[in-house]
Amino acid sequence: MSRAGTPDPARAIAAGDRRALAKAITAVESGDPASDALLRAVFRRTGKIPIVGLTGPLGVGKSSLINLLVAHLRAQGKTVGVVAVDPTSPFSGGSVLGDRIRLERRPGDPGVFFRSMASRGAAGGIAASTRDVARLLEAAGFDVVLVETVGSGQVDVAIRDVASTRIVVLVPHLGDEVQTLKAGLFEIADVFCVNKSDLPGAETAERDLAELASLGPAPDGWRSRIVRTSTVVPSGIPELWKAVEAHERFVAEAPGHLAEQRRRLEQEIVGRVRDLVAAEIAARLEAEPSLRHLVDRVVARELDPRSAAERLLPRSRR
Amino acid sequence: MSAKGRKSPVRVLIAKPGLDGHDRGAKIVARALRDSGMEVIYAGLRQTPEEIVRAAVEEDVDLVGLSILSGAHMALLPRIVRLLKKEGGGRIPVFAGGIIPDEDARRLRRLGVRAIFGPGASLAEIVRTAQQLARGVA
Repeated sequence: MSRAGTPDPARAIAAGDRRALAKAITAVESGDPASDALLRAVFRRTGKIPIVGLTGPLGVGKSSLINLLVAHLRAQGKTVGVVAVDPTSPFSGGSVLGDRIRLERRPGDPGVFFRSMASRGAAGGIAASTRDVARLLEAAGFDVVLVETVGSGQVDVAIRDVASTRIVVLVPHLGDEVQTLKAGLFEIADVFCVNKSDLPGAETAERDLAELASLGPAPDGWRSRIVRTSTVVPSGIPELWKAVEAHERFVAEAPGHLAEQRRRLEQEIVGRVRDLVAAEIAARLEAEPSLRHLVDRVVARELDPRSAAERLLPRSRR
Repeated sequence: MSAKGRKSPVRVLIAKPGLDGHDRGAKIVARALRDSGMEVIYAGLRQTPEEIVRAAVEEDVDLVGLSILSGAHMALLPRIVRLLKKEGGGRIPVFAGGIIPDEDARRLRRLGVRAIFGPGASLAEIVRTAQQLARGVA
């Protein structure tokens, strides 16, 4: 609900009002219809800054790396928005969002905004609204947005379509080189980060990844870089950021750049249509007893789910 | 924009102000609130009042729970309540747990801490109170 007389949220956010930004993120996260207008208003001003995704299995040090990246970027005078996603319980719907504890205190520094997000049932390693939250942070004027995924498995690659550069964070002894051949997580890395490189096995991990990278560039021509880092005694952070910048530059100059952007946005539009149709059908199922009868027939095995779905499609589609 | 649709989980910040390192209670409460369906932002140990208030604003929480066993509650808790009123728009209720003598607890309640739990409090009681505070009915 937006109360009459409250200032325009898009303007408040652009002016650096942190509470307005925080409230707007909540609205976007909750799918509050009031946030639609805001997202429409900010879209034109987005798509211009690096959105850097950090993904990788749980416990590899993503939050600690983000803390050091934030410090590195602040030292360069860049402002940073962070979105950190942790999983929602499929049982209670609750979650513990614990990525904030790694964030070093930066008393009174307005150049950092950190927001924890629960995945709220979305598969793929981020929440359904993470992309839009990153857009809000861009609209708030931050120079860089860092997105931390949940501890990811091999198929959690949703960050691919949200981030402009993807860092896959790994640690020594995660598996032999065959793991690097498998599809999924390893394919989306623009930068591999071998964290905890103070531990034995870091060289082997780096070598395996280097071999993978030497097999050939990605379809867009980029060869993923490999950076060794440690967060205990911080090392490799400037190199990690340089690798991100190199990728950002490469993408900006690559001939396929616009086609890739187009592909992503097209996918987003299709996804949005899917959501709208699904919501409409769910509402009709709720409201129209004749349609509920359709479900009854499927339950009784008189009708199959495919045929029922076809009958539920909006009339114009049939 | 107040965005709490019926289906949005309650967001609660759990933090430990001050210098004691006894965080087991805070973690157990965080877990119990999670199991009751809340989104718990766990900010961890040794937070200053300013950091706690900043986290509460950025995370747009409905509720702040503070755990303190150092004895510094009279110095830290009222300061957090006061800062939260200023920075957070005055709507975010605060509850606390720890070793807090009855007389201090009475004074803290007068100063705006909405509920205080001692060592004997049950998790069920804490969860129930937290839910009521978040819904604005306590």
